[in-house]
Amino acid sequence: MRRRPHDAPRSSAPRSSAPRPPDAPDRSRRRRRALSLSTREAIWAYVFLLLPLAFYAFLRIYPAIQSFDLSLHRWHVDPAQRTFLGLAYYRELIGDPKLHRALTNTLLYAAIVVPSQLVLGLGIAVLLQSVRRLRPLFRAIYFSPYVTPAAAVAWVWGWMYSVNFGVFNTALIAWSDFVTRLGLAWLSIPPQAFLSDPKQALPSVAAVVVWQQLGFQVVIFLAGLQGVPRMFYDAAAIDGANAFQRFRFVTLPLLNPVMVFSVIISTIATLQLFDQVVNINFTDQGGPLNATLTIALYMYQLAFSRFQIGYASAVTVLLFVLILTVTLIQLRLLQRRVEY
Amino acid sequence: MRRSLVVLALILGASVGFQAFAQKTTITYWQYAYDTRVQAMTELIQQFEQANPDITVKQETFPYNAYQQQVAASLPAGQGADVVQLYYGWLDTWLRSGYVEALPSQYFDAAALDSEFIPMVEAAKRNGQYYGLPTAVRSLALFYNKDMFKAAGIDGPPATWDQFVQDAKALTKRTGSRFTQEGFGIAPNGQGHNLLREVLIRQFGGQPYSADGSTVTYDSEAGLKAFEFYTGLVTKDQVAVLNFVPGDNGYRDGFIQLQNIAMIVDGSFAIGSVKAGAKFDWGVAELPTLANGVKSDFGSFWMNGLTPNAFKDPAKLEAASKFLKFVTSPDAMKLWLNVVGELPARASLVDDPTLASDPVYGPFIKSLAYSHATQFVDESAQRQVFMDAVNRVILENQAPAASWAQAAKEEQAILDKAKSQ
Repeated sequence: MRRRPHDAPRSSAPRSSAPRPPDAPDRSRRRRRALSLSTREAIWAYVFLLLPLAFYAFLRIYPAIQSFDLSLHRWHVDPAQRTFLGLAYYRELIGDPKLHRALTNTLLYAAIVVPSQLVLGLGIAVLLQSVRRLRPLFRAIYFSPYVTPAAAVAWVWGWMYSVNFGVFNTALIAWSDFVTRLGLAWLSIPPQAFLSDPKQALPSVAAVVVWQQLGFQVVIFLAGLQGVPRMFYDAAAIDGANAFQRFRFVTLPLLNPVMVFSVIISTIATLQLFDQVVNINFTDQGGPLNATLTIALYMYQLAFSRFQIGYASAVTVLLFVLILTVTLIQLRLLQRRVEY
Repeated sequence: MRRSLVVLALILGASVGFQAFAQKTTITYWQYAYDTRVQAMTELIQQFEQANPDITVKQETFPYNAYQQQVAASLPAGQGADVVQLYYGWLDTWLRSGYVEALPSQYFDAAALDSEFIPMVEAAKRNGQYYGLPTAVRSLALFYNKDMFKAAGIDGPPATWDQFVQDAKALTKRTGSRFTQEGFGIAPNGQGHNLLREVLIRQFGGQPYSADGSTVTYDSEAGLKAFEFYTGLVTKDQVAVLNFVPGDNGYRDGFIQLQNIAMIVDGSFAIGSVKAGAKFDWGVAELPTLANGVKSDFGSFWMNGLTPNAFKDPAKLEAASKFLKFVTSPDAMKLWLNVVGELPARASLVDDPTLASDPVYGPFIKSLAYSHATQFVDESAQRQVFMDAVNRVILENQAPAASWAQAAKEEQAILDKAKSQ
């Protein structure tokens, strides 16, 4: 993390060890009091931080450790009857084809969702930035899917994707009729299966996720854009930079921290993808033929419809390791130092 | 002084009295939230509490989709239900993790239960002990839209599967490549996998599993024919499409609300929803047969079991056992039938001729005599195997024989794994 300039003197202030001149007792007392005030402030800050910290430790960190413990045991309601299995579940994970599918799918979701959100989110934010009128309205419209419950979104999209009733296929049929009448039948597109096709199902769900979370990205990028000082653009313009060059050499580098944040947040959200997948194909969650299955959903199914809590915990630990690794790699690769 | 002593004595006396009064045993009952089921159970609890003033029963319900999750999370913490309703197919899964205990022998006699309940209920038995008892059982039958049948010039419900396919073809409508009306609301995830497993395989002359339930035996010529018939409804006869109506119970919504599905195979538990929601003339018929006339049906039930919580103190166990007996008594079953529409589980009630002649309940009651309840070891995984088998054929154009053989292999692996645990 970059250190803010005004932090520097305070934290690195050298403690004076030189003997005090006898004629300045007032000043030294004042100085000591100033120090102790800041210390006292810090102590109070820690006290206030301690409460949420304890809460966090109890509700997040302790269960996380516990789930690792559970992953080493065969599950039973009565703790005394939980048999220790060591790493047996982890060995089972390695040979579990359904887990492999869930893992590939999850990474595939991330590969589709994260770049799409970055490009679209930034693009829309830049366009919105240049719009003078109705900007708050546009912002609200783009943000509204984000505040809609995932279950409701998935349900509506499930109908839109419906082979026999959905609006997409209705549009495709209308289009095909139109171009056929114009004598351009080769332009027509047949109705698609979308969620019912094992090949199309994952991209179809990914599109819903992108659509739903785009608003969040737009707002983040808008805030980032507003933080770019006007004078850099002016200076670049005086140097003869055109609009693209200004975007490429001013906006992009200065937005780097925002982009890193956006990529990491959307990656974590996508690796945990669950709500949309569960609700969009309710009769065959994660289907058809595991085409949309994610790690989080597989874990849920194992734990709560098959009661294999131990094995599900092992999957959770795997998901944790995966997210941690991906995030660390992203931090390494993306966070370049930018000199202003 | 004396007066204040009297007051003190009165207060003491009253508090002792209250304490005696408060020596009530409270038990908690869990089931999933479904209006008529909750209503029926509320009435039963009132009756039970009147007859047993020293016992209080607290009913708690959860949405169906969160039900097992609640159970999984609460019981390990020592919270939640003493008496719990569970689908019979979950028994092995619950048993392996210790969520349900055998009914205590001091209150329940397994041999007597064998004769009092219909044979299907033995699916709640493991190693000679019952792990729960049902208030009601359910079987499958054919629901059909009489108005659509009339419009298509069909007299009555199909008696054979050949007739069924013919009728379904007449009742299917398309515009271009899209279906606007389905002759048959296919639902592999709904009752479809049960229809295939316990009805079609047996009617085609096969057996789904070995007698002890440990081996898959449907990977046979008869089994394959059954599978080809079922998937053929989509691929060959084209009277159905997967996910015609999106949603959790799309096939039922299409039949009841949207009226774009002419026939569905559904359980007796759907009677209530159809009665309440259908704004058209409808009927119920026993499931069709093949030319050989072999009848078969899938029976299932939700059973009331005891969790480890109920065994924590003897008074609680006695109260919970008493309550379990009450909700599975003949009177409770009659109430359940009237309020929920589910069939009684006691042999004495099933033989009642007035019930068998009822136009709606009749077909279900009659089929109980030839119903089979699958001995699931991991119901959701086993259901998934069948759904995937159907999907491979319909969505990926795989040859039925290959897909069916793969399903048999996958399910055998599930059975083997359960056995080893």
